[in-house]
Amino acid sequence: MSSSIPIRPAEHFENLERQAHAARLGMWVFLATEVLLFGAAFALFATYQVQFPHAFKLGVEHNTKVLGSLNTGVLLLSSTLVATGVHALRAGHRKVASWLVTATIGLGLVFLVIKGIEYGKHFDEGIYPGGAGHWFAEHHDRGLAEFWTLYFGMTALHAIHVTIGACVLGALLSSILRGRLGQENAHRLEVGAIYWHLVDVIWIFLWPLFYLA
Amino acid sequence: MDILRAILALPSGGSTVADRIDLLHGFVITVTMLVSTFVFVTAAWFTARYHRKQDDQLTENVSATRGGEAVLIVGILSMFLLWWVIGFRQYVEVRDPPEGSEVVYVDAKQWMWKFAYADGRVSNDALTVPVGRPIKLVMTSRDVIHSFYVPGFRVKQDVLPGRYTTLWFEVKEPGTYPIWCAEYCGVSHSLMRGEVRALGADDYARWKRQGDRPPPDADCGRGPGSCGDTSLVEQGRLVAERRQCVACHTLDGQKHIGPTWARLYGSERVLADGRRVIADEGYLTRSMMEPTADVVAGYREVMPSYRGTLTAGETSALVELIRSLRDAPAPSGITLPRLEVTAASDGGTSP
Amino acid sequence: MSTTPLAPAASPAPEASHAPGASPRPVAHPSYLGVDTTLRSWLLTTDHKRIGVLYLVTLLATMALGGFFALALRIEHLTPNATIVSAMTYNRMFTLHGVIMVWLFLIPSIPSSFGNFVLPMMVGAKDVAFPRLNLLSYWIFVAGSILVLLSTGIGGIDTGWTFYPPYSSISATAVPLALLGVFIIGFSTILTGLNFIVTTHTMRAKGVGWMRLPLFVWSIYATSIIQVLATPVLGMVLLFVVVDNGLGWGLFDPARGGDPVLYQHLFWFYSHPAVYIMVLPGMGVVSEVVASYARKNPFSYKAIAYSSLGIAFVGFLTWGHHMFVAGMSKFDAGAFGVLSMLVAVFSAIKVFNWTWTLKRGAVALKTPLLYIFAFLFLFVFGGMTGVATASMSLDVHWHDTYFIVAHFHFIMVGGTLTAFLAGLHYWFPKMCGRMYPERLGMLSAALVFAGFFVTFFPQFLLGNAGMPRRYFNYPPQFQVLHIVSTVGSWVLAAGLILTAFYFLWSLRWGAPAGPNPWGSRSFEWRTASPPPKHNFRREPPFEIDPYDYTQPLPDEVYQ
Ligand code: HEA
Ligand code: HEA
Ligand code: HEC
Ligand code: CUA
Ligand SMILES: [Cu+2]
Repeated sequence: MSSSIPIRPAEHFENLERQAHAARLGMWVFLATEVLLFGAAFALFATYQVQFPHAFKLGVEHNTKVLGSLNTGVLLLSSTLVATGVHALRAGHRKVASWLVTATIGLGLVFLVIKGIEYGKHFDEGIYPGGAGHWFAEHHDRGLAEFWTLYFGMTALHAIHVTIGACVLGALLSSILRGRLGQENAHRLEVGAIYWHLVDVIWIFLWPLFYLA
Repeated sequence: MDILRAILALPSGGSTVADRIDLLHGFVITVTMLVSTFVFVTAAWFTARYHRKQDDQLTENVSATRGGEAVLIVGILSMFLLWWVIGFRQYVEVRDPPEGSEVVYVDAKQWMWKFAYADGRVSNDALTVPVGRPIKLVMTSRDVIHSFYVPGFRVKQDVLPGRYTTLWFEVKEPGTYPIWCAEYCGVSHSLMRGEVRALGADDYARWKRQGDRPPPDADCGRGPGSCGDTSLVEQGRLVAERRQCVACHTLDGQKHIGPTWARLYGSERVLADGRRVIADEGYLTRSMMEPTADVVAGYREVMPSYRGTLTAGETSALVELIRSLRDAPAPSGITLPRLEVTAASDGGTSP
Repeated sequence: MSTTPLAPAASPAPEASHAPGASPRPVAHPSYLGVDTTLRSWLLTTDHKRIGVLYLVTLLATMALGGFFALALRIEHLTPNATIVSAMTYNRMFTLHGVIMVWLFLIPSIPSSFGNFVLPMMVGAKDVAFPRLNLLSYWIFVAGSILVLLSTGIGGIDTGWTFYPPYSSISATAVPLALLGVFIIGFSTILTGLNFIVTTHTMRAKGVGWMRLPLFVWSIYATSIIQVLATPVLGMVLLFVVVDNGLGWGLFDPARGGDPVLYQHLFWFYSHPAVYIMVLPGMGVVSEVVASYARKNPFSYKAIAYSSLGIAFVGFLTWGHHMFVAGMSKFDAGAFGVLSMLVAVFSAIKVFNWTWTLKRGAVALKTPLLYIFAFLFLFVFGGMTGVATASMSLDVHWHDTYFIVAHFHFIMVGGTLTAFLAGLHYWFPKMCGRMYPERLGMLSAALVFAGFFVTFFPQFLLGNAGMPRRYFNYPPQFQVLHIVSTVGSWVLAAGLILTAFYFLWSLRWGAPAGPNPWGSRSFEWRTASPPPKHNFRREPPFEIDPYDYTQPLPDEVYQ
């Protein structure tokens, strides 16, 4: 397949190679930012867990392991797909790549749906952030409010990241379909995929925090 | 020492730790002044000495030597570390209360200090202590973070809700030392003041027996007859000041933390629970002794109880003062903007 | 990342202009100001120079606003009780003053304006790595600033710029809106930092090795690292305060087991490094200006460059020195104290290197250098009082008093703002192609210095005497010093307003500057003033050291 529009570097770059290098580096720096963003939340979590080990244990036990673990699987699979997609694009298989990216976005949506189901369950049980809801009338441990606040805060923030990641991949998908993204500048898809991996990795850390342990 | 304090505008050192801390203070500030002046003067001197003579003048490269750099770094670092070693040791001393300190409990809230002594006595905004004995304060807050600060003692400690912090000091000289709140805690942060009254052994023993005894010249307000022919209303004013009622109440019709006393007496009060009562003597006294019994609508329950604090004479002087204000003129000119009031009165309620 | 050229005028390949026999006489080419003058072309520009100018104008406006609040604060303190405003208004004003000065002015000040303008030229690039991201970052900044200012309209915010819970969780003022504004500005900071890091790594022209970068680039690079690593932490805690206050989630509410001191740790984990975000770029300006007017190589290039990185990294380990009396353990406090001493040594290295750069130079005393002298004195004074504060027993007395207020104004105003003004005078000819009036420049520099000193020196004494900060009412014995301070602030304001006036005047009537009025060697001076759209029409030989004053410039202009 040949691109319908010739792909040239942006005018302030000498060549595509340098541009790709810049884009990749930019994404890694951005990842560092993201890691520290969640790092702050993890620090909060760790401190409160030390202060209220019992309440945090109770909270974790209350969560549905099955749904959480299912979601982990969904994200891991999606990451594999998008990585394969990058390889396909580099090898020039545009069609394959576009299908793989579509599947990745689909899995992202599945993740969000499962997460939504979980939230729904919590609300039904009377668990809201900040220790509001009737569940807390029956469970008095100090620190439970903190656990659920962090749970909702961190997973919601992660869900926002999944949404953003899906949008980014969507934009890249449309570029592929319109022939603006191909073998020569496959680094763009690569950069998008790196972001998706990050979203995945963050979940890998959230999962034991809120479901196992 | 006194000259040093005068130059640095430091208050006199009332506590046992103050002298040493002030010496370190003098040391670091002197070095600071010397070094900054030295840098400035050197730069100016180089500028004069190596003034540019012609427009396109060229220069030779001059670079630092390894040795010079190393000496500089080691020199500066050792100066800094010296300060740190002295400072850290003093810090540890300031933080660790000595064995056998006398304990006073401190309860901070917007915007007052409450002290509870071991013998069950309580007081507001005035902490009475003996000189020459270490006092340990065990402090907590009922609402937001405050900070207990006595400049004269060079001590300060944040007071946190939900946990206890401690602070200790030993006063050297009898006297009164102001307490200021040093952590921003809302509108009246700057009015959250109090004082430490340090008494010599005899005075302290007397205080233990009799409770708060105002300095002889201000004996007024202790009840009928305590100060010659001063009217009871005047005494009421004095008491209101001494007992810090005016920290929250105004006499001129302006709304503050608490309702104004102007035209209060005899009026109909709407309470938070919807009841309506006439503000008679009984109501006024109850408001002082059990403020939570009748909370006025639009205000928060922040007024402390004065049961056991106000003497009978003081109470009657206060009631007389409030009675005298029943025909006070309407508030003049400025009233605080509306937002002010909502913010002030909503400031402390948890959602 | 764009693959489609955005600007209509594609530049000729650089090789073409290098061709032998190219006309030695500069051909008139439109400058970056002249290529397209519609409003739209400015607001949607991706040219780093134009974005720098946009930032500069915006930041001068926010600074004037912050300064307006500062003057009001000072006037209020003419008397011990209410002078012009009520307690609540005062509390809102110092909060807004702090928030505006820190996030809307000082943090972006030098990196976003001068950094954007000169950094790409200094590395020999045509633009930053991600020009569209750069524009986005500007507009995010504007959006965040508007939110902060909107919050003023609907009740302000009265928590102090540190937003300590639980007060900030229950304050009835517009806390969520203001904090969201700051949160959004954080994105802009991160994107700008990211852009500079990538630009420095990947856009350097041939011949511009790391050791040939102007020192300004090093300091912006170090700043960017802090911006990228520290800002997200602030973002996270601010979000939790927003939901605490707005939705009552109570993560820091002690009644529900929350821990307000934890907030302080996270806040200062950002905000202490942030003070180096504020001062490092200023240090970069000092390095440039000193070398340029001394016309000499820096006394030790490597020491200055590496100490920037040292500050950036060790600066992450000292946050606890803001919390000596907040109830931390003695051991933690000691560790934070000693680490603060370490980070101070890097600043000391720089100070002595700048001073000794003047030695055996050919020093011309111009306005920017005058500002640098002010910087040297005030920054050293302010910095050393910082070290004094880190000597922990003294902090117990000084914490949250005017001594601290004086400490940080000495560094932020006496240091960074002065460096900002130095940079403004230094690069103004490059940006606008015109000179500012030198005499007036000197006069206003003197006014600023004198006014500053009179404003803030008395505050050290106030702090010693025990005057707590954020006090609306104060005990009458402090009045004299407060009055002196207030009068000083008027002199300071007069100096700044004079500056504003002659800059406006010079825009139109200043003498034409020529490409290199100072005879500097670093690369931004090797092109026309104002520079053409793609910075260099013909690329300078970047093999020459940017501080090589041992030989005449081979060819003055590469335009
Ligand atoms: C960048 C940071 C910065 C800057 C520049 C300033 C500048 C000034 N600050 Fe401020 N200040 C803070 C950061 C800053 N401040 C912070 C963070 C706090 C703590 C807030 C808190 O407690 O939460 C604080 C608090 C603070 C207080 C303590 C309030 C209190 O605790 O009660 C005071 C009181 O005097 C004060 C005064 C001043 C003054 C007089 C200036 C002057 O230097 C201002 C001079 C400027 C002007 C007068 C503007 C005039 C300019 C123009 C008209 C246009 C200029 C145009 C061109 C040059 C082209 N500041
Ligand atoms: C640009 C901003 C900036 C910078 C660069 C600094 C730099 C430093 N600061 Fe400051 N600081 C603030 C802004 C800044 N600070 C602000 C805004 C606050 C208040 C926040 C608030 O509560 O609102 C604050 C508060 C603050 C505190 C807490 C005070 C308190 O609230 O109780 C402390 C405590 O240690 C501190 C220390 C330091 C130190 C050690 C440095 C060092 O990095 C300084 C290093 C520099 C030098 C040391 C000068 C050069 C040295 C020489 C020339 C050496 C020669 C020496 C010898 C030969 C001995 N600062
Ligand atoms: C911490 C602030 C505070 C202090 C100090 C304080 N009060 Fe009050 N006071 C209030 C508030 C708030 C109210 C209204 C809510 C209530 O009724 O409890 C109030 C109500 C009253 C009332 C009822 C007023 C009305 O309008 O019906 C009286 C009488 C009164 N206080 C007297 C006193 C006296 C006498 C003192 C000092 C000895 C004092 N107060 C000290 C805060 C304070
Ligand atoms: Cu209590 Cu400030
Ligand atoms: Cu700090």
